[in-house]
Amino acid sequence: MLHNLFIGELAERLTKRQISSVELTRHFLSRIERLNPGLNAFITLTPEQALRDAAAADARLATGETGPLLGIPLIHKDIFCTDGVKTSCGSRMLDNFVAPYDATVVARLKGAGTVMLGKSNMDEFAMGSSNETSYYGPVKNPWDTTKVPGGSSGGSAAATAARLAPFATGTDTGGSIRQPAALTGVTGLKPTYGRVSRFGMIAFASSLDQAGVFTRSAGDAAAVLQVMAGFDARDSTCVDAPVPDYSKALGAPLKGLKIGLLREFFEGLEPRNAALIEDALTIYTGLGAETREVSLPHLPLSVPTYYVVAPAECSSNLSRFDGVRFGYRCKDPKDLMDLYERSRGEGFGAEVKRRIMTGTYVLSAGYFDAYYLKAQKARRMITDDFRAAFEKVDLVIGPTTPTPAFDIGAKINDPVLMYLNDIYTIGANLAGLPGVSIPCGFVDGLPMGLQLVGPHFAEAKLLNAAHQYQQATDWHRHAPRGYE
Amino acid sequence: MSNWEVVIGLEIHAQLATKSKIFSGSPTAYGAPPNTQADLVDLGFPGVLPVLNQRAVQMAVKFGLAIDATVARRSVFARKNYFYPDLPKGYQISQYELPIVARGSLKVMLDDGAVKTIGITRAHLEEDAGKSLHEGLANVTGIDLNRAGTPLLEIVSEPDMRSAKEAVAYMKKIHTLVRYLEICDGNMQEGSFRCDANVSVRPKGQEKFGTRAEIKNLNSFRFVEKAIQYEVARQVELIESGGKVVQETRLYDSDKDETRSMRSKEEANDYRYFPDPDLLPVEIDEPFIAAVRATLPELPDQKAARFAKDFALSAYDAGVLSASRELGAYFEAVITGIGASHAKLAANWVMGELSSALNRDNVDIENSKVDPAQLTGLLRRIVDETISGKIAKEVFEAMWSEGKPADAIIEAKGLRQITDAGAIEGVIDSVIAANPKQLADYRSGKDKLFGFFVGQVMKATGGKANPAQLNELLKTKLGGGGDA
Amino acid sequence: MSLTRHDVEKIAHLARLSITEQEMPVYVSSLSSIVNFVDELSRAETGAVQPMAHPLEGQHQRLRHDEVTESDHHDKYQAIAPAVAAGLYVVPRVID
Repeated sequence: MLHNLFIGELAERLTKRQISSVELTRHFLSRIERLNPGLNAFITLTPEQALRDAAAADARLATGETGPLLGIPLIHKDIFCTDGVKTSCGSRMLDNFVAPYDATVVARLKGAGTVMLGKSNMDEFAMGSSNETSYYGPVKNPWDTTKVPGGSSGGSAAATAARLAPFATGTDTGGSIRQPAALTGVTGLKPTYGRVSRFGMIAFASSLDQAGVFTRSAGDAAAVLQVMAGFDARDSTCVDAPVPDYSKALGAPLKGLKIGLLREFFEGLEPRNAALIEDALTIYTGLGAETREVSLPHLPLSVPTYYVVAPAECSSNLSRFDGVRFGYRCKDPKDLMDLYERSRGEGFGAEVKRRIMTGTYVLSAGYFDAYYLKAQKARRMITDDFRAAFEKVDLVIGPTTPTPAFDIGAKINDPVLMYLNDIYTIGANLAGLPGVSIPCGFVDGLPMGLQLVGPHFAEAKLLNAAHQYQQATDWHRHAPRGYE
Repeated sequence: MSNWEVVIGLEIHAQLATKSKIFSGSPTAYGAPPNTQADLVDLGFPGVLPVLNQRAVQMAVKFGLAIDATVARRSVFARKNYFYPDLPKGYQISQYELPIVARGSLKVMLDDGAVKTIGITRAHLEEDAGKSLHEGLANVTGIDLNRAGTPLLEIVSEPDMRSAKEAVAYMKKIHTLVRYLEICDGNMQEGSFRCDANVSVRPKGQEKFGTRAEIKNLNSFRFVEKAIQYEVARQVELIESGGKVVQETRLYDSDKDETRSMRSKEEANDYRYFPDPDLLPVEIDEPFIAAVRATLPELPDQKAARFAKDFALSAYDAGVLSASRELGAYFEAVITGIGASHAKLAANWVMGELSSALNRDNVDIENSKVDPAQLTGLLRRIVDETISGKIAKEVFEAMWSEGKPADAIIEAKGLRQITDAGAIEGVIDSVIAANPKQLADYRSGKDKLFGFFVGQVMKATGGKANPAQLNELLKTKLGGGGDA
Repeated sequence: MSLTRHDVEKIAHLARLSITEQEMPVYVSSLSSIVNFVDELSRAETGAVQPMAHPLEGQHQRLRHDEVTESDHHDKYQAIAPAVAAGLYVVPRVID
């Protein structure tokens, strides 16, 4: 079945003209039409533009042009600005916003010949771990539609798991790619901070946000990262460093690879979760890797640190949404204050408002030192811990999430409980490190993910380790029932 | 008033004369139709990011070097968070704890010739906001964001000034300096150079500062002086009648010549400053500073000192002639033409007739209707006694309005001085003969009547009698009387 | 560390967010629990550690050449604006 093929396999068929991009696109569009209503993974579908783009890709293929992503359909998380196409960020505030430009990530993937099927649903302004805060309603996990797919990139994760596209872009600020990847049984990659341009990616927490991708294999992630990664002059935080050949590095043997078991991750781990990780470790040692224990003593501070830094940055980033130049404006504002307060009060959902207010509070006079400054210090300590660990090991391993997917509605009314879902993923964001989550088994019929984190710019090694694991196992090939 | 001491500090905002904005590639040219020079970055659209303009940094460093300040090797941009419609992002990118220029100073010549050193606390880079327009719009305000993102250098003085006049002298010196450095065009009507004044009073001898009020957006030297004078009187009266000065922001109303409280900024703002996560620390090394230092022109004080020394001018005259690079250059061109031995003559004419004509016609020296060569031509005729100084003024006016050189006008109007002793004597004889009573009065001791005879001879000769010869001959012919 | 209603009103005002009467107690409670949660940080020993604003060390700001690269697209940008008149963005009267 076309939708179970990997990107490389699809690219081969396209190059050999065994299928056309238009046919491939139609295949996915009809799947979406049939299956998306049960998932609510999309906010906007762009079938006409998709078919036009597919035809253009076919024209390029006909000239003999080849490319790893030429003619391949994708989905963009609705956080990436797409010129001429609605970009809502999952919010009423941008429900009427048609972006006037393409994000760099979008432009690069477009240039590589991809075909955009639509914009995926997400937690509002990327704030959430369950895709339940979206203005457009929750996304359902294809493995069990009473369960959440994770968030904030829940739509991209669910759509990838349901094989509605070969891959989907996402963003990860505190785990928003890795966590939903784990809960939906797909591969989710968060690159190093600064590896991929943030220009055109609607900002949540500027020093933590990073664009990444959902695929069904590490090999596919390598192909997509190859196009997404690289210097962009329009993003001052984007690093000007050479982009290695990620696909070439996949096949390297793992002999001698030193994998660190994070003591703090394994403490209090639920037994069935722990068992899956143990199995994975056995695979890795079988492949020649060595494991040893490492400790990141300040890691337990990572969740409170994140929930000071991220809200602080977002409280400022979201000030531009004021009803003046774009986006939602309240009806009949009686004066300027009313314009601001009601446009923002009505345009933003509860979690967003909570985080804006938390951020405003921790930055405010009298509290700055106790919260924001303190959190930035803790951030350095956590980063230093990782650096010390990476002097002893090449990668660090652990579970991606504490539990499999939970029920829709179970945690949405308890913000702090919801925040604790990010306990394993947040550290990598604070330190700017790359991380990947890959499927490693099932608990109660629901997928679980294994997380690998590496030092800065170690994506090649991460993908190599992920790829070799996927060669030795087949968790990543499992499809949810009804979506095979 | 004599029991009170006035304390004034000025915050000057100088728009830097870059071609493009500080964080975007939009043009900075003044006067374009509304919002035609505001790109996505200036408009604060979702997803956009700032990138720093190199020239703005160079200009700030140039200023720092010119005031002998420490140039920070590492400086940081911070967000100043507040809501106002002309501030699209809901925050201004500015500098807070680590500005690019730290402590410096400037020598300022006061009206009485005394020189006072005014401390400059810091100078930092920030972006300008847009403009709010109220005229012709009922119940609404129109926002033009062309100006949003224009680079500003905010120059903060120490509270070292003790009178409105001192404040104006300092402001003029900064104005001269930034134009010398070619970092700002100093055009106050266009808003390139604006001043906020912090004014407080305290009893003479008290060390503690009084509560200060800030008067915002003063855009002429005259308004600065008048606003400060009004504000000082207001504060003194308030305190003397038992009231307390409130720390607040005020506006100067030039029509009513008074300051009033700004309603919209009544509440103290908590700006919640934090380092901007979208911008990395600015690092400046020695080669960068050296390259900027190499572009420093002769500074106003250096030029004034050179003029005073080389041309034996008073400190005051030297100061006036070096108030702008263009005026100094004009003066030096005239000196080159007429010779340094006539420097005082040249100085008097440049500061006198020429400056009056420029002011009267509201013309810049670059557009003077009499250029240095032409003025030199006129001065030569005074030096060689072709015409008297008084006649020269007439010639100058004709040169200014007709655009012709001095010689042509002297010829055309027959203004050559009469230097033939015989001719002058003849006129003197006629005048004496026609005024026997005045002759008798003079000879009996009324010395002042000498002037009467001079006047009569000048009248009879159409002002062309050589004054020195006239004096000599008249003394001889009148004989007798007083001190002849 | 619990927040009072007054605290929340002040913060909401600084952030220009309207909060209805019904919503207020929910926000007071949820914000209090969040602040309580992050208070854990105050117990951490951070001593002389330098705060970290950016995750990558040793990076500094790149400088852009001073050249005009953008042209006028106000028609496109203002096509999605809530209120525009004569090229100006329109808001309720701002009184200084």
